[in-house]
Amino acid sequence: MTTTGPDTHRGSPTCLPIRSDMDLMWIRQEVRRLATEVQFSLVQQTKLVTAASELARNTLVHGGGGHMEATVLHDGVHTAVRLVFADCGPGIADVDQAMSDGYTSGGGLGLGLGGARRLVHEFRLESQPGRGTTITVLMWHGGVPPTRQAL
Amino acid sequence: MTEQPGWLPQAHVPVLRLDDVLLVAIQGDLRDENAERLQYDVLQHIADSPATGVVIDISSVEVVDSFLGRVLAEIAAGAELLAARTVVAGMRPTVAITLVELGLTLTGLRTALDVQSALRMLREHPAPAAREHGERGAYDYDRS
Repeated sequence: MTTTGPDTHRGSPTCLPIRSDMDLMWIRQEVRRLATEVQFSLVQQTKLVTAASELARNTLVHGGGGHMEATVLHDGVHTAVRLVFADCGPGIADVDQAMSDGYTSGGGLGLGLGGARRLVHEFRLESQPGRGTTITVLMWHGGVPPTRQAL
Repeated sequence: MTEQPGWLPQAHVPVLRLDDVLLVAIQGDLRDENAERLQYDVLQHIADSPATGVVIDISSVEVVDSFLGRVLAEIAAGAELLAARTVVAGMRPTVAITLVELGLTLTGLRTALDVQSALRMLREHPAPAAREHGERGAYDYDRS
């Protein structure tokens, strides 16, 4: 059994553009608002907002801009925030390499993807060279419930 | 410019000078552009004045991502080249937890729990330039 069944209630998603460093601020603000709304702890809030900031900057710098979709998921018992970052950029040819700490193609520290993955409970990266990248992350309230994979 | 909601940052971060020390208080969320401008401003202030120490107060910063972390480290490294010592003060525990998990431990960056301890650190361990030039009398030069 997974939490993706038809009985999973999903709040209406909010969609924000990622076109400038100003948009990164709006993303942080919106993710902070959602994390507060579902009563994440202060540590969880900070981790999720930081992960969102890393991923949104990736979308902006490497993907040439895109958008983020944020949704609150409820399965009746557990609550999670799901964030989807999508761009139509060049894509990632070697995903394993891109995920490894220290690898960078954009002059940064190379901690964005690998670091963001460590900050959240679930992380999925889909990318096709030439057709863009979609990264989905999920954070559960209070920790990962036994039935996972709500991505 | 139209009036912005309270959480939006000011146009830029002011750099204050107290004797030999530059004091920078980052308020709330910082736009990338303003973070980069701050880096330039601090180094320019050091070059223009005989500042031997920089204190960056981040106690009201809720999120430090790898970009801002890198900017802080680069301000410190640049200041070091200009013979000034940097202390980052007031990091929130939630930010510290997140930075460690992110893999950004910022080794080499001097930190203090608050601005007062940061100023004390700079007094007790001044940059080499401050020890050499006796005219900067505000500091105790006896370094144990």
